[in-house]
Amino acid sequence: MKKSKSLLLLLTLVLAVGTLLAACGSNDKKNSASNGGNNATSNSGEKAANSGDEKLAADQTLRINLSAEPPTFDPAQAQDSQANTVLKTMYEGLTRMDDSGEPQPAAAEKWEIDGTKYTFHLRQDAKWSNGDPVTAKDFVFAWERVLSPNTQPAAPYAYQLYYLKNAQEYNEGKVTDFSQVGVKAIDDYTLEVEIVAPTPYFLGLTSFYTYYPVHSSVKDDDKWAVDASKMIVNGAFTLTNWIKGQTIEVTKNENYWDKDSIKLNKISMSLVNSSATELASYQNGELDRVGHPNGEIPTDQIPILKDQLKDELGIKGIASTYYYEFNVTAEPFDNVNIRRAFAMAIDRQAIVDNVTLGGQLPAFGYVPPGIKGVNDEYRNEHKDDYFTENLEEAKKLLEQGMQEKGYTKLPEITLIYNSSDAHKKVALAVADMWKKNLGINVKTENQEWGVFIENRQNLNYQVARAGWTADYNDPMTFLDMWVTGGGNNDTGFTNAEYDKLIAEAKSTDKAETRDANFSKAEEILIKDNQVLMPIYYYTNVSAEKPYLKGVVLDFSGGVDYSRAYLTEK
Amino acid sequence: MVRYVANKFFFMLVSLFILISATFFLMKAIPGDPFTSEKKVPPAIQERLYEQYGLDKPVIQQYVKYLGDIVQGDFGISMKMINQDVSKIIGQTFSASLKLGVVAIVVAVIVGVALGMLAALYHRRLIDNVAMVLAVLGIAVPSFVVASLLQYVFASKLHWLPTMGFKGPLYYVLPVAALTAQPIAFIARLTRSSMLEVLHADYIKTAKAKGLSWMAILFRHVIRNGIMPVVTYLGPMTANIVTGSVVIEQIFGIGGIGKQFVQAISVRDYPLIMGITIFYGILLMLARFVTDIAYVFVDPRIKLTKGKEG
Amino acid sequence: MDTNSIKVMTTPADLTPDDFRKIGTDEKEAEVIQRESISAWRDAWQRLRSNKMAMTALVVLLLITITAFVGPLISKWVHGYNYYSNDLLNTNKGPSATHWFGTDDLGRDMWVRTWKGTQISLLVGFAAACIDLFIGVIYGGIMGYFGGRVDEIMNKFSEILYSIPYLLVTILLLVVMEPSLGTIILALTITGWINMSWIVRGEIMQLKNREFVLASRSMGAGSGRLLFRHLLPNAVGPIIVTVTLSVPNAIFAEAFLSFLGLGVQAPIASLGSMINDALTGWLYYPWRMLFPAIVISLTMLAFNIFGDGLRDALDPKLKK
Repeated sequence: MKKSKSLLLLLTLVLAVGTLLAACGSNDKKNSASNGGNNATSNSGEKAANSGDEKLAADQTLRINLSAEPPTFDPAQAQDSQANTVLKTMYEGLTRMDDSGEPQPAAAEKWEIDGTKYTFHLRQDAKWSNGDPVTAKDFVFAWERVLSPNTQPAAPYAYQLYYLKNAQEYNEGKVTDFSQVGVKAIDDYTLEVEIVAPTPYFLGLTSFYTYYPVHSSVKDDDKWAVDASKMIVNGAFTLTNWIKGQTIEVTKNENYWDKDSIKLNKISMSLVNSSATELASYQNGELDRVGHPNGEIPTDQIPILKDQLKDELGIKGIASTYYYEFNVTAEPFDNVNIRRAFAMAIDRQAIVDNVTLGGQLPAFGYVPPGIKGVNDEYRNEHKDDYFTENLEEAKKLLEQGMQEKGYTKLPEITLIYNSSDAHKKVALAVADMWKKNLGINVKTENQEWGVFIENRQNLNYQVARAGWTADYNDPMTFLDMWVTGGGNNDTGFTNAEYDKLIAEAKSTDKAETRDANFSKAEEILIKDNQVLMPIYYYTNVSAEKPYLKGVVLDFSGGVDYSRAYLTEK
Repeated sequence: MVRYVANKFFFMLVSLFILISATFFLMKAIPGDPFTSEKKVPPAIQERLYEQYGLDKPVIQQYVKYLGDIVQGDFGISMKMINQDVSKIIGQTFSASLKLGVVAIVVAVIVGVALGMLAALYHRRLIDNVAMVLAVLGIAVPSFVVASLLQYVFASKLHWLPTMGFKGPLYYVLPVAALTAQPIAFIARLTRSSMLEVLHADYIKTAKAKGLSWMAILFRHVIRNGIMPVVTYLGPMTANIVTGSVVIEQIFGIGGIGKQFVQAISVRDYPLIMGITIFYGILLMLARFVTDIAYVFVDPRIKLTKGKEG
Repeated sequence: MDTNSIKVMTTPADLTPDDFRKIGTDEKEAEVIQRESISAWRDAWQRLRSNKMAMTALVVLLLITITAFVGPLISKWVHGYNYYSNDLLNTNKGPSATHWFGTDDLGRDMWVRTWKGTQISLLVGFAAACIDLFIGVIYGGIMGYFGGRVDEIMNKFSEILYSIPYLLVTILLLVVMEPSLGTIILALTITGWINMSWIVRGEIMQLKNREFVLASRSMGAGSGRLLFRHLLPNAVGPIIVTVTLSVPNAIFAEAFLSFLGLGVQAPIASLGSMINDALTGWLYYPWRMLFPAIVISLTMLAFNIFGDGLRDALDPKLKK
């Protein structure tokens, strides 16, 4: 028995030491505690004041929250909006989007466009965070890295570069020589890009993270983007701390060419995925900005906040559409009149006013406001009057559709959505309206994300929730997905005329032709076929402290914190 | 004793093997894969990703390869968090869960046993009733309600404690309180119930009759026998607290392993799911193992030798 | 009888023979048990009945159960409300004469939903607890009783099952099978019984070396009889404490699934899912959280107190 007692002692000891070690290993976390607390803003501003009567706060530490941890900081691998937010602070592409969605000079000082040929002149004073100059070769290197079939792992967003000549062929291994691809470094500061077809929005695309340059030192180091100490960047901030699941911290990059317009010293990001907690800690003064696009303000609280935080709550429309799609290959939605009846029989205004509450706009078209048309926004040039809400008409159409299909009573319909409180509420509201207005039994079924996507992509559904956000500022980003066999066409819709219109628009740079084709295509999609049932155009709902200035939200809801600053309270 | 431990250890390995196999095939049976996304990746790129991660091979082949890697102690790299080592992710996220968990367990055991003992010693008196009402409240109110209430009162209203995060001692208070409400209640009830039993047992009467001092009886007999069920509960509780505090982690914004696991499952990050599962498994088995051994020391009536007579 | 000794011990001097009366001397009658013979269960019931707290708890439980079924009917009858119909013009309204518990974020009547939710939660809780009890007691009993290799193997099995990530199994189940209440209950019980089996095992291991077991065995009792007539009844205390806890555990586990979006399918509600839905706005619409929380807490409270009473009543060792 004696022997065994000592064994127990040993075990206890091992456990205790383990605990102790674990506790020691994280001492460094305690040092940063003061940054997160309330004291960050309590210093009186002794430092020089900024222009006007705005006085800069002494502590320029911005505190925000990301509701999900970005899986990677490698621009070639990034795929999500959280990474987009962080990468925007750390990198700079050839261009940068301003808040109206216009590309502005960034790493490129100026450029010439000649049909499908773009010549970018890079600024000579741009430096990497280690002091190396940013050259045209860095861009070529980065883009080759994205496109190369040997990149491990393959860059999922490589197709964002398929606009370049031979890029797709190179990526798919049909062309093996990268010099065939339409990007060349003429000299250190001149980058020549050739694209496949005239693309009016290409300039804007170069501000997207897949187009960011990366430093050539990453070549043989696949762990570079995991390690804060190894990341060499060309943007306004550098990654200085990353504790998995806890915080991400970026600090001002002293080697950034435009460092004088950067006033923030540090951006400290917590990683909390509870919207209620996020808001509570904002109200408690632990965060400076909450809500979209990096988090969410609980819908239940929006009406209250509209009242209590009138000056802090901001609602801004973004180029994104919330809709339900019909599986046009499945009963009973293989009948257009039944689809129309469903689309007409709901009250969108009631949904945005009472359910989503975020000032969303009822949608009757697919392309959202904020997307550029010829002279004005596309949506202003083509009103979304492809159908109206009309109960009588809906009932008639349903009757007609049922006759065509030989139904005496419509069987129960299943509406699927991916698990989320917001989607659940909309689904329940819509289902209830269908039930009341059309007398149809509707089952709502929430599905776990992966299961949901799989079911939708395999056309294993009747009606499904969906949403689409612009990748670039052009109607194409919404309309080219519905072509026959399109990777994101999860409805089974196929229409030869539609395909032709899109193909034609892709091959011309005549604005009028493109515009006419887009509006015709949208008409086919919504008015003639009602493949989908638009519900509303998204808005960005966020709250930001009055002393926080200069946060830029772009047309699609991306946020740029790099030029933000804090004034004295 | 050595044989007993070796035997247990061997069984642990076998269980681990079964656990790995079962999880692997279960995981593969769930629809979706790490590269399923709303904006679909072109098929050519998707296929290359499958190939690079070996997902194009038959499941059985993937399984054999995985086993081979595991035997060499290689947990692989995450398929979602590009180029990040699974072992590192587990290490980093577990450190938060562990710290929170250890504090919570210690608090739960001390407070729970103390409450339960008081209640038993003052059976059917005021202290008993108060302690049991407290204990029952701990069980009766869902932990996420407790957490929200605590957060509102102590962070939002009184500003005594931070709302979220995990940066220093103050950050522990609320999560630990929310996390321990239920175990405290459970332990208090278990302790009370088994102490009452012990207090009525003949050997206590004998001890009293022998003229042993009350303190001696309490410490030599009552407590030792009374906390038996608590020891049993300790194993599962440790594992539950250390691994299963997802809700609390979420509400208080603590990036623990629970949150990571939920995340891994939802994005089908196969290597990470496997890694955390194995980690959980080992942790749990160790907890059981230690419990079993501790059992022997607390209760001399249990013998280790095998055979019909136990 | 020795009259002398009586005299010595008690007799005052003035006693006369008249003070004594002859009583029956039928020896057989003396052996007859006067009180009606009562079984262990009736005995327990009598003791339970005298426990006021426990009886109050039982009444509360019955009331909650009855209201859970009758409540929605009343409201449907009086106002025509049901648990799924929206009223978007009356969202988040406080309690009133028509909406006794207020309305939720889709304008649904909280009274109906609370009681509907209670039905679901009770169903989930009871079903899961019963299955846990059934499997756990048999499994744990066998483990503890036989010990040795049997214990080793069965224990391993339960350990392995226990260490398979619950979430993984649940997602799989909810995917492979139609998402329904049955699936949720199954998901809850697939590992839920293990805790019970461990408690039982621990108790049995402790009990089986006791004298009364040895005595019973030496009188030729078989394994089955020993286990079910002697060991398990003696372990009934911890078993009942565990059962009273596995009901709330199941109810909370279901709430946890709701938290992850895997709980009951909306518009059906459980108490847990309703509290969950209310959590983000409970400061402003407290009634949405309060009523389900009160019902869930009251249920748990009653259940626990009743469980305690039951334990005191059933435990043969606590007989006065």
